[in-house]
Amino acid sequence: MNPLDRTAADVARAVNAGETSAAAVAAAAHARIAERDPAVGAYLAETADLAREHAARVDARVRAGERLPLAGVPLAIKDNMCVAGTLTTCASRILEGWIAPYTATAVQRLLDAGALPLGKTNMDEFAMGSSCENSALGKTANPWDLGRVPGGSSGGSVAAVAAGEAVVALGSDTGGSIREPAAFCGVVGFKPTYGRVSRYGLIAFASSLDQIGPITRTVEDAALVYDVMAGKDPMDATTVDLAVEPAAAGLREDLKGVRVGIVREFGLDKLEPDVRAVYERAYADLERLGAELVEVSLPTADYGVATYYLIAPAECSSNLARFDGMRYGLRVEGADVGQTYEATRAKGFGDEVKRRILIGTYALSSGYYDAYYVRAQKARTLIADDFKKAFASCDAIACPAAASPAFEFAAKADPVSMYLMDYYTIPMSLAGLPSLSVPCGYATPPGARGPLPLGLELSAPLFAERALLGIAHAYERGTRHATLQAIPPLPSAVTA
Amino acid sequence: MASGEIDVAYVAKLARLALTPAEIEKFGAQLATLLDQVDVLSRLPVDGVSATAQVIPQTNVARDDEPRPSLDRETVLRAAPQREGAYFRVPRIIGEDA
Repeated sequence: MNPLDRTAADVARAVNAGETSAAAVAAAAHARIAERDPAVGAYLAETADLAREHAARVDARVRAGERLPLAGVPLAIKDNMCVAGTLTTCASRILEGWIAPYTATAVQRLLDAGALPLGKTNMDEFAMGSSCENSALGKTANPWDLGRVPGGSSGGSVAAVAAGEAVVALGSDTGGSIREPAAFCGVVGFKPTYGRVSRYGLIAFASSLDQIGPITRTVEDAALVYDVMAGKDPMDATTVDLAVEPAAAGLREDLKGVRVGIVREFGLDKLEPDVRAVYERAYADLERLGAELVEVSLPTADYGVATYYLIAPAECSSNLARFDGMRYGLRVEGADVGQTYEATRAKGFGDEVKRRILIGTYALSSGYYDAYYVRAQKARTLIADDFKKAFASCDAIACPAAASPAFEFAAKADPVSMYLMDYYTIPMSLAGLPSLSVPCGYATPPGARGPLPLGLELSAPLFAERALLGIAHAYERGTRHATLQAIPPLPSAVTA
Repeated sequence: MASGEIDVAYVAKLARLALTPAEIEKFGAQLATLLDQVDVLSRLPVDGVSATAQVIPQTNVARDDEPRPSLDRETVLRAAPQREGAYFRVPRIIGEDA
């Protein structure tokens, strides 16, 4: 079997056992990307030489007797994470051609554990979007249906894993940017608790929300990657100094004694009938596996999108002030320094980034700061409190990861309709909770060429990653939506 | 919360973003729609609620002030739009009569 079609746990076991070499895995990955990426467009830049270098290092370490948790595991990296010596663009013209001078901690920890860096993946520019269509540098298609979006903003990373162009990937999630695209592409996407994984080397979008997480084919692989990269980093003062209990050791096979909260305000009656049927079955499956379903209430969840679209743009407008054409990236000369700033940013940023900078600047400006930004921060307190109350009666919360399967390109041209795609993921982001999407079935919307995957979102209290991954694992093993068809049948145009 | 009115040209100036008249019109309409949407927050009673800047109970994380190597100067300068020797070359920032 091609190593690209296996799980990370399986590849690492085979490489550690000497059944195959990391060099052979790197070669297979390069061939697979050459075969499929012209149609999928998951990568902005392949780093085949770097993957080969790391493979040689992994093989030497294994020969010397070391056992590495991610030995030879093919890894795709979202292009907002720095990898020394590689292009790192955030899919933006303003960073086109920029070569990172250092490596992000999360990436470094995976490389030290034996992962092979295959390349940098496409994304919505600066991680702002839910379809990957806001990339200034490339187009990524959903491997299940090339006429549809992969979701976003980590669209390239999920597409790479779904298309067998990587075994695991790193994404970043600010308001749903790992979970929504994972749902759209039928893979597992996991956002750990805010502060669990170092953001050193992650180019900032909204600093109180951004979090790096794994995108994988199985929950076990998500736990494996998480265990390697989680934990305090002296280079990121927001990482928490709490022991990380290995999640891979806490994976369970059933849900006996687990209470799963179903959110009253997320009633399934808003969904299309076939989508609704999938989630009704997912809840029933949780119960069949031993969970007790309890109704919980998040009265402020409906305010999540409004709260997020003030806080995230406010932080973005501040973070992106650094792109001024002076020290790195694009510079467009103007008559004076002020005009140079303005012309550089006008040419370098795409429309969605400009919109968010404008909203954020407005929300922070004199006279509006209290009415918008501070009010949103207070709403955030209420949303986080609602979750605390809900978790008094349950161990995890289950809900849809998105209201629909992947949509067609250009279907959400209106910015506000795109913002609503994150309705189910934003509240958990605002509360900082660990949250993931696990495949839960398929729906065939009108016009689709075949069934499209859906994701079940599971969320847990702060720092309860181990329990969350354990519950998701039991669900995955008890339903087998993910493992039945980990690699979707790519359209014949791609496989031919 | 006032909504539906936003002086896009003024905000763009604050954000150091040059916009064409067509962009001012387009973004103005889009931002007005968005502000209408976020106006639902005015219905949420927040009196006496404290503001949350971030969710993790961490404050004043300090480390010892010890010298240590930083990024290699040459590597960093290679990424500069313009350089002169060991310096970033930037437009004049202080006016001649300032």
